Amino acid sequence: MSGTGARRWLPYLLLLPGGLWLFVFFVVPMLTLASTSLQEGSLQSGYVLTWRIANYTEAVTAFREQFLRSFGYAGIATLLALVIGYPLAYVIAFRAGRWRNVLLLLVIAPFFTSFLIRTLAWKIILSDTGWVVGALKTVGVLPDNGRLLATSAAVVAGITYNFLPFMILPLYASLERIDPRYVEAAQDLYANAFTAFWRVTWPLSLPGVVAGTLLTFIPAAGDFVNVRFLGTPSQSMIGTVIDSRFLVVLDYPTAAALSFLLMLAILVLVVAYVRRAGTEELV
Amino acid sequence: MRRPNPVDPRLAHLLRSARLDRRGFLRSLGLGGGVLLGGGALSACGIGGGSGGEGGSGATTGTPTGTSGATGTGTQAAGGELNFSNWTLYIDVDEEDQNVRPTLQQFTEETGIAVNYFEDINANDEYFAKIRNQLDAGEDIGRDLIVLTDWMAGRLVEFGWLSEIDQTNVPNISNLRSALQDVPFDRERRLSLPWQSGMTGIGYNPEIIGREIAGVNDLFDPDLAGQVTFLSEMRDTMGLMLAAEGIDPSTHEFSQYEAAIERLREAVDSGQVRAFTGNDYAADLAAGNIGAAIAWSGDVIQSQFENPDIQFVLPAEGAMLWSDNMLIPANAQNKANAEAFMNFVYQPEIAAQIAAWVNYITPVEGAQEAIAEIDPELAENELIFPSAETLDNTFDFKVLDEEEERTYQELFQSVIGA
Repeated sequence: MSGTGARRWLPYLLLLPGGLWLFVFFVVPMLTLASTSLQEGSLQSGYVLTWRIANYTEAVTAFREQFLRSFGYAGIATLLALVIGYPLAYVIAFRAGRWRNVLLLLVIAPFFTSFLIRTLAWKIILSDTGWVVGALKTVGVLPDNGRLLATSAAVVAGITYNFLPFMILPLYASLERIDPRYVEAAQDLYANAFTAFWRVTWPLSLPGVVAGTLLTFIPAAGDFVNVRFLGTPSQSMIGTVIDSRFLVVLDYPTAAALSFLLMLAILVLVVAYVRRAGTEELV
Repeated sequence: MRRPNPVDPRLAHLLRSARLDRRGFLRSLGLGGGVLLGGGALSACGIGGGSGGEGGSGATTGTPTGTSGATGTGTQAAGGELNFSNWTLYIDVDEEDQNVRPTLQQFTEETGIAVNYFEDINANDEYFAKIRNQLDAGEDIGRDLIVLTDWMAGRLVEFGWLSEIDQTNVPNISNLRSALQDVPFDRERRLSLPWQSGMTGIGYNPEIIGREIAGVNDLFDPDLAGQVTFLSEMRDTMGLMLAAEGIDPSTHEFSQYEAAIERLREAVDSGQVRAFTGNDYAADLAAGNIGAAIAWSGDVIQSQFENPDIQFVLPAEGAMLWSDNMLIPANAQNKANAEAFMNFVYQPEIAAQIAAWVNYITPVEGAQEAIAEIDPELAENELIFPSAETLDNTFDFKVLDEEEERTYQELFQSVIGA
């Protein structure tokens, strides 16, 4: 009897450490943040919870532009990362042979340096006097007085680069699991290379695509580092605003409301996307 | 003695640019090595929040560097300990051994007070966010001495979060430069004592823009469109904007501030001003991405080691003068030790030793004569030892209360895109 009793409780015991962790470091801060977002006041007089919903409506009206821009940039960067990452993951999974591990290591290698250094490196690459700008001017893509730094292009490039590994790794994991005999079977049934890919490989890799796009899009939407170093005021994203509201303007309620709105917006987008894409195999 | 190890100058610039604060970074490449490349730079930027800051500086310097085993209790000045938080690279370091800080060592030898030195201040705002809950609750923050810039010091004064300095414990306060004795946020220096000062002016590269710059109004020359950056620190940028209109930033009216904001907004919208930066401008200036920037004096002195073309000019209409101040937080455990330390660093020889290393303006009278013995060239440098006329033409920014601060910042942040 006691044996089965212990067995019944075992799963809960196993859940306990993780559950406690989540409660202390996720649920509690969330509640604090939620409360802050509905407060009024100042540091000197103290903040009081007045259920001021207007914090939210005002935040939306004031910073709609930055919200839209954040999702726009994150969307473009995710798409670019998919276009760049898929072929790469495909090659690593199916064609790399003994180079596979080396290539995977190279994909992860940028993580050995800090996020900041990686972003700053783009300042050198895109420098007004650098060879990239020079080459683009020679080809005529950029006008003579044109530049890449301090433009939207630089910000999107920085975001794409910084989050690319988050796209490649899940794609690789899901491509690598595909049994090559499926593709062979398709070819035996007279599918050409493209049809075999489109009807067999691509659908089987969808869980990776969904995971990769989510892992790229979510942090990209809240990013504020790339804009700071590669952009200008007219590229500011919602992360920039939250940062400055919390630290500089000391407007904690608006900052908290913006944080919640960002989470909510991401949640809605993700749920809609996942429902459309399907998640049966996405674990 | 101030030259760093050879490093790719572009990387050196970028690393320095990663810092929001105004302290030179170059030296750290010779000192901190790889650790500063990674964690230090990240934490310096404040990205990743407070914990990043602690982790980063902890690797090289966050560990308390107690220099003596002296023990003692409480607030006795003889023996005991001093917990001192400062900005990174803001005190002299031994050339041979980066863990030895001569000034701190001498202090311990002389007084028997062990110093736990923390380089955990990376930005005023960020540090404020870290300590505010404890100070608000009337708790000890675990530090006896902290260093913050004028306006932030003013905020702590306003909130009543500081301990009054017992000036009988700091007789050397008489060495404080006269220009710094009376500041708007602390009329008699009862709660604060300057650590170092600096000036905000214009750094530019005449090779790139092909002209001389005399003042802020020159930065609005259409020929310089897209080649100019301003600072993201509101008081530095807006102080110079007000001074450019002939308005004294320390006494201006709000309507004048609004007008200056509009002028700035137009310049941003038209693309004249390329970006608002921390000290990223130093890298952009050296790389030729920009031709001119609103800049901090100490940064430019360091940049000139690498690129002698770069010029620093104090605008004809007036520059901004600011100080970082030693403050004793309320409920500090070792207040008397903090006062003993203030007294110690206000000796001209010690002040000279620090200034020779950090390259900012020392607030201590007599340090110029003392520094002449260490490095005569430095004693001549107008940016480290400005003359009385230079100082006469500098301003500080009006003290703002919390509500004004928010209004001012909201306007400014909306221009700089946040």
